[in-house]
Amino acid sequence: MSLSENDIQQLQKVGYDPSGTVPRSGSFLTRDHEVVSLEQREKGLEILPLGAALQKYPWVENLFFKLVPKEKDNYTREVAQHAPVGYFIRAVPGARIARPVQSCFFIKTARFSQMVHNIIVAEPGSELHIITGCTTASYVKQGKHIGLTEFYVRENARLSYTMIHDWAPQVRVFPRSAALVEAGGAFISNYIALTAAELVQAYPVAKVNRGGIARFNSVIYAPQGSHFDLGMAAKLVEPEAKAEIISRAVSDGGVVITRGYLEGGAANTKGHMECSGLLLRDSGSIHAVPELKGTFPETDLSHEAAVGRIADEEIQYLMTRGLDQETATSLIVRGFLDVRLKGLPPELQHAIDTMIEKASLRSTV
Amino acid sequence: MNTCLLEIKNLKVRIGDKTILHGVNLTIDEGTVHVIFGPNGSGKTTLVGAIMGLPQYEVVDGDIKFKGESILSMPSYERARLGIGLAFQRPPAVKGVNLFHLLKAVKRNEDDILAAAEALNLKDYLHRDMNKGFSGGEIKRSEVLQMKLMRPTLLMLDEPESGVDFENIVLLSDIIKEMLEKKQPIVTRKRSGLIITHTGLIIEQIQADVGHVILDGRILCSGNPHEILEAIRTHGFERCVECLEKQRKR
Repeated sequence: MSLSENDIQQLQKVGYDPSGTVPRSGSFLTRDHEVVSLEQREKGLEILPLGAALQKYPWVENLFFKLVPKEKDNYTREVAQHAPVGYFIRAVPGARIARPVQSCFFIKTARFSQMVHNIIVAEPGSELHIITGCTTASYVKQGKHIGLTEFYVRENARLSYTMIHDWAPQVRVFPRSAALVEAGGAFISNYIALTAAELVQAYPVAKVNRGGIARFNSVIYAPQGSHFDLGMAAKLVEPEAKAEIISRAVSDGGVVITRGYLEGGAANTKGHMECSGLLLRDSGSIHAVPELKGTFPETDLSHEAAVGRIADEEIQYLMTRGLDQETATSLIVRGFLDVRLKGLPPELQHAIDTMIEKASLRSTV
Repeated sequence: MNTCLLEIKNLKVRIGDKTILHGVNLTIDEGTVHVIFGPNGSGKTTLVGAIMGLPQYEVVDGDIKFKGESILSMPSYERARLGIGLAFQRPPAVKGVNLFHLLKAVKRNEDDILAAAEALNLKDYLHRDMNKGFSGGEIKRSEVLQMKLMRPTLLMLDEPESGVDFENIVLLSDIIKEMLEKKQPIVTRKRSGLIITHTGLIIEQIQADVGHVILDGRILCSGNPHEILEAIRTHGFERCVECLEKQRKR
């Protein structure tokens, strides 16, 4: 595998460590459409290219395009027309894979259209953490990425999936994903995008069965020229199912739409959603669209949404402590984006903190 | 002989269209503590806000000199760096920013922050959003904690005792006294205080040197703070109003 110093830096920015020094249970690196690295270092963990998994295990066919239908939209149809590129990651029943699996989809060729299809299975009673970084080589300005991911969280399993995007400013990105959370399972999905992308459009949907939980967290910083349209949906279809959606968005001139959808359709289901938006400039916009749908009387769904600018008096107050206006603003922006993501390995949380720090320093109004 | 730290001449300040201060004169020497008494709406908070440089207080006339230099054109952060500190009466809640973030940003050593927070019983509050859901007493202690770490040469406290129980008034007073170098001999004291009080409770704890009564945006009289407090306690501010009217007739 030949990676330039620049490529390595780019990969590290999205949580992928090519050096092998950071504790990881496995790795999967795709450059354009080529798998350039595949490693698995823990028992109970299986990582395969999806094409190979379909050949090895006939039953994978039953998981293929089952949560995200081929006919969902033009993008899923485009993925379906090609031989599958992407990963199959599985934790066998009862396996506790404490260290995360790292993966990265890297666009190396200018104007490349990267199309990937991933399937993740956390078998009953297992625990699995995955970090997926998506990025472009430093000289790539334009490109397209369609990422279709199907998550299967089996009974009493726990799966956390953290996606970090760091695209070039003219890349268009269309993640298409869905999760099935079986009884007692937990699915945690974190999405972090702190740099510009021409368009990111995603709307993952989780179906949650009895006693399961789905948690979506997203942290977005949208500079001028970027457009993020991000939804998160959870359907609580069986009793005691729970969901939580938290989104924090800062528009520094960019356009952000945060959609949230919670549906309570069984007894003692509970869902809560928080969408907070901070506008730093006159030119950007944040559109929060929280939706709640109850189809069963004993459901408890709630949402809070707030969009606004930083209050002058807060900045003035911090300035009386000797901070200039830029420092006071970035302190507030950093605090706003500082969502503690549950279940993250400390070095990844640290990498995210550093990205947030950098993003907040750019916010000099 | 102490040198002059703050000199205010004929200060006129307005908020929006309304003039609040109508020509205030005040001189504070190094190592002295001044107390300002006055009823609600008399201009006390406006005075300290204008000295701090908060933009809602627009200076329309007069001058403020600190260490001999006019500070009118300086933004608040430069005044803070020069040594002017204000403990707010009602600071805003700042979502996402906790005391620890702020204190680190003003570049203080972590051990100092922890020790100061311990002294003010605020260790548990360091990692909560600033002032959000704080009680009156917690707000005052948080403001004094910030001042303690910033170590301003001119310490301004806007009603530091309001909403604080007696036990905490004693605690706050001890720390304020220490900040104002009250244990040092008079001649070596360099730090000065300007304390706004409504009730006067705090000055029984902190020995203040000079008291002023502010009424309708003017300093009506100055003198021994304990005498002034006694007079206000006995007669209320009504007597001050009468006094102002007499002065105006003259």
